[in-house]
Amino acid sequence: MQSLTRKILMCLTGLFLCFFLIIHLLGNLQLFLPAKTAQLQFNAYSHFLSGNLFIKMVSYVLYASIILHALYALVITMKNKQSGGSYKTDNRGRASKWYSRNMGMLGTVLLVFLIIHFKNFWYEYKFGVLPMDANGNKDLYTLVVTTYQEGWYVVIYVIAMIALGYHLLHGFFSAIRTLGVFHPKFVRWIRYFGIGYSLMISLGFAIIPVYVYFLNAK
Amino acid sequence: MKLHLKIWRQKDKNTQGKLVDYWLEDVNPHMSFLEMLDTLNEKLVLSDEMPVEFDHDCREGICGQCGVMINGLAHGPLKNTTTCQLHLREFKDGETIVIEPFRSKAFPVKKDLKVDRAAFDRIIASGGFVSVNTGQAPEANSIPINHETAESAFDSAACIGCGACVATCKNGSAALFTSAKISHMAKLPQGKEEREHRVLNMVHQMDNEDFGHCSNTEACEVECPQSISVLNIAQMNYEYNRAKVLKK
Repeated sequence: MQSLTRKILMCLTGLFLCFFLIIHLLGNLQLFLPAKTAQLQFNAYSHFLSGNLFIKMVSYVLYASIILHALYALVITMKNKQSGGSYKTDNRGRASKWYSRNMGMLGTVLLVFLIIHFKNFWYEYKFGVLPMDANGNKDLYTLVVTTYQEGWYVVIYVIAMIALGYHLLHGFFSAIRTLGVFHPKFVRWIRYFGIGYSLMISLGFAIIPVYVYFLNAK
Repeated sequence: MKLHLKIWRQKDKNTQGKLVDYWLEDVNPHMSFLEMLDTLNEKLVLSDEMPVEFDHDCREGICGQCGVMINGLAHGPLKNTTTCQLHLREFKDGETIVIEPFRSKAFPVKKDLKVDRAAFDRIIASGGFVSVNTGQAPEANSIPINHETAESAFDSAACIGCGACVATCKNGSAALFTSAKISHMAKLPQGKEEREHRVLNMVHQMDNEDFGHCSNTEACEVECPQSISVLNIAQMNYEYNRAKVLKK
């Protein structure tokens, strides 16, 4: 497979994950509702997602995207490590941003976070035994809120969202470059959009556990 | 001024190299970096030592032949400058300067600071041309090209092939070099005829030469002596994707 084809795969899987993050964040915003409404609405939303055939198909694309994105990142990084030169004195860092050079490290942080995140919610919802709410839906809301009451988990969450912010800051712009947008005006717009998008997603996701933690700490 | 030099000495391709210390006294701050190396070599020859081998040609900043890593920066501390256009006034009196060859898997060190950049030639040979009938020079205005397009193509064509982009890239990627040639041709009517073949062949050759992937860190543009824009890489990606889609 040619190098640019590998990059296209990284780009398409990455952009799909970017799109997913928006939907995921919008769904999570329900956690800001008053507790009683939030519980029923969030659980009903989770039930709807897990029962819908279309969403099921999309979820397989999502799992495949995560796996392919990580696998190709590994292949690309290994090749790059072999190809790149190393110097006794190295000041090349002045020419680029640290996060653009450390996408693999940021990605690894995210992968570790995803394993914790999947175990906490996805695994428990799918395979664990959860109590039912008043409407007879699995009570994911209570699980989420109790998890967010543990300080160490909130810290992990916030650190992971900082890593996500930087990963997206380079990743979104880089994906569009791989697609081949070379008109200077659109390149500029996409860069601004990417900054806004990365800030919105990382802040949005990070605020939720912090909000729940302090709300219940009173 | 006085200088303490730490220069990479390597006997040949198969021998392990190392940094060797040299001291130069009374060098003129207005000397170019290569003139300083000439001065050192004169001293080495007079003391029956092997001179330091380094590539150079025009010494006017336009041929792309010279190029070394100076204190861990391709072509040294000045941005958008070739090694030959760098002068000692950019350094402090008594400063230690570390000089290493451009490194990447695709650029094997031949000796001391000289590297084999023939991989670039093979990339150009794989598609960096337009096929035209030879004969009399054609009428210059028979193919209409607007001023902006001509200028933009010329900006891409300004690449001197020095290899600083590869040396600066953490991945040893030749994306900036290859893309500059691809977009130079793709912008002009003469180059449009073979654009699909060109991009596929040149990218294929680039991969065969063991260059790494482009991660869009944009470090290459910052250190490029000709300020070749990274938007050339974006255009190469566009040309590649287009060629893949249109391929029969």
